[in-house]
Amino acid sequence: MKRALLYAALILGAFISLFPMLWMISASLMPTGEASTYPPRVLPSHVTFEHYQALFTRLNLGRYLFNSALISLVVTIISGAVNSMAGYAFAKLRFRGRDTLFRVLSAGLVLPVQVAMLPLFLLMKQLGLINSYWGVIIPGLASIFGIFLIRQYAQAIPDDMLDAARIDGASEMRIYRSVVLPGIVPILATLAIWTFLATWNDFMWPLIVLSDESHYTLPVALANLVGEHVQDTELMMAGSVLTIIPVLLVFLFLQRYYIQGVMAGSVKG
Amino acid sequence: MSAGVRPARRYTESTNAAWLFLAPALVLIGVFFFLPVAAALLLSLTDFDIYAVAASENTRFVGMHNYVQLLKTPLFWSSLKNTFYFALVGGPLTIAVSLGTALLVNARLVRWRSFFRTIYFTPFVTTLVAVAIVWRYLYHTRYGLLNYALGALGIAPIDWLGDPHWAMPAIILMAVWKNFGYNMLIFIAGLQSIPDELYDAANVDGAGPVRQFVNVTLPMLGPTLLFVGVITMIGYFQLFAEPYVMTQGGPLRSTTSVVLYMYEEGFRWWRMGYAAAIAFVLFIVILLATLVQFRLQRQRT
Repeated sequence: MKRALLYAALILGAFISLFPMLWMISASLMPTGEASTYPPRVLPSHVTFEHYQALFTRLNLGRYLFNSALISLVVTIISGAVNSMAGYAFAKLRFRGRDTLFRVLSAGLVLPVQVAMLPLFLLMKQLGLINSYWGVIIPGLASIFGIFLIRQYAQAIPDDMLDAARIDGASEMRIYRSVVLPGIVPILATLAIWTFLATWNDFMWPLIVLSDESHYTLPVALANLVGEHVQDTELMMAGSVLTIIPVLLVFLFLQRYYIQGVMAGSVKG
Repeated sequence: MSAGVRPARRYTESTNAAWLFLAPALVLIGVFFFLPVAAALLLSLTDFDIYAVAASENTRFVGMHNYVQLLKTPLFWSSLKNTFYFALVGGPLTIAVSLGTALLVNARLVRWRSFFRTIYFTPFVTTLVAVAIVWRYLYHTRYGLLNYALGALGIAPIDWLGDPHWAMPAIILMAVWKNFGYNMLIFIAGLQSIPDELYDAANVDGAGPVRQFVNVTLPMLGPTLLFVGVITMIGYFQLFAEPYVMTQGGPLRSTTSVVLYMYEEGFRWWRMGYAAAIAFVLFIVILLATLVQFRLQRQRT
């Protein structure tokens, strides 16, 4: 009895969690106008892909898909290198001022990013990076949170292992590549997934720095599209599906690394 | 290799290496984060506007003028009120739902835990702009499925996003749905770190599930609750995309948040000095909210 109630609650919760996305997919396949009828329809009367076709032919969505993928991948790869080097240095290398520097950096975690956005825009304008991929990419290339996460994990690397490599005459770069990196693969995977999803989903900064359609990321393009096509429910749902599906796939395939990483990082933090 | 030389050599070498490893991150964070934050403080003391965007000579130092102006603007106060509404109602609600689902998923009787965990976590990874658009249609007064479902229960249609009293609750509801999964994971990790012996002892003392929850689970979750409370609050004070996409800050400005107000002033009207002052007020609000939570936590223990 108790178990049945428990499962009923769990299944209800699962239904609520998934319903908006299921309806989104269903509505994206409905013929024009069918998602705006009374009583509302849950399933299409017949399946059509016309809205997806319109998105790719008339509305240039392929371009935005490419922009989003490019920006997210570049940020994920470069920030992985930048953050892991810094996190390792904070965890394992000794230098004067290390703890002070780390404390200053950590204090930055309480600063909301929006505070930086106005001068950052002016800086990007000076550098001629407004309305370019780099304008979106550069501010994401290093993250305090990422350094934090790596440092915590890298502290578990035994000093003996590093010293042994040093005695063998390995350069510091070599040690980083062949001892440190293999040792932090799990947290690096978590951080990479986290960064990819966050960059893909990011909205406010790309909205500010991208003014010309050709560089729009999917969320910016979608927010723009809803202004003109708010009546085309089915079309908007197809656009939402295309925006969400890539991150959903990344998450579902890699969820084991991701979920464990989130849980591990939080307990220690 | 003599024992006397090695540590010194290693020390300088590892010092040089450390700075090389740190350089890219420090330069990027310094130039593209800390520097702009410092510049924002200066910017908030100037009348930097659309003329200054064209040529920066058109800027004057105006002292605290922007802040004084801000305190005299009703729209600023209502944006602050709306943001507090969202954070103080939405935040605790999200945390309550997160804790509830964490307890549910973590219950001893349940199988397929990781299956449910994954499903509950899914809304968190989706793109906010896209799901905000989906919810916009679900909230539709006439064709939306939410009103249809409520109609089946005999509740009259609600103009979710068109009624100033309902727009913020509608945004909160969506935010709870979107965000509870992340906190849930953290709560599950916290629950799993509570030793079973504590529950066994409570059982021996004859404590029921409610008393076990109050006397064992909640106190043991203290640090987790603080962590979750702080990050949820910080995130919720930065409300922006939901009203931008779902309501454009309306109806009657009832969903204009501080960040949305800053965005409009700074990037729509290019009153950047004024917008920088808004951003700093936001920072102070977040800082105070964080300190209050640490204080509350200390009082509890």
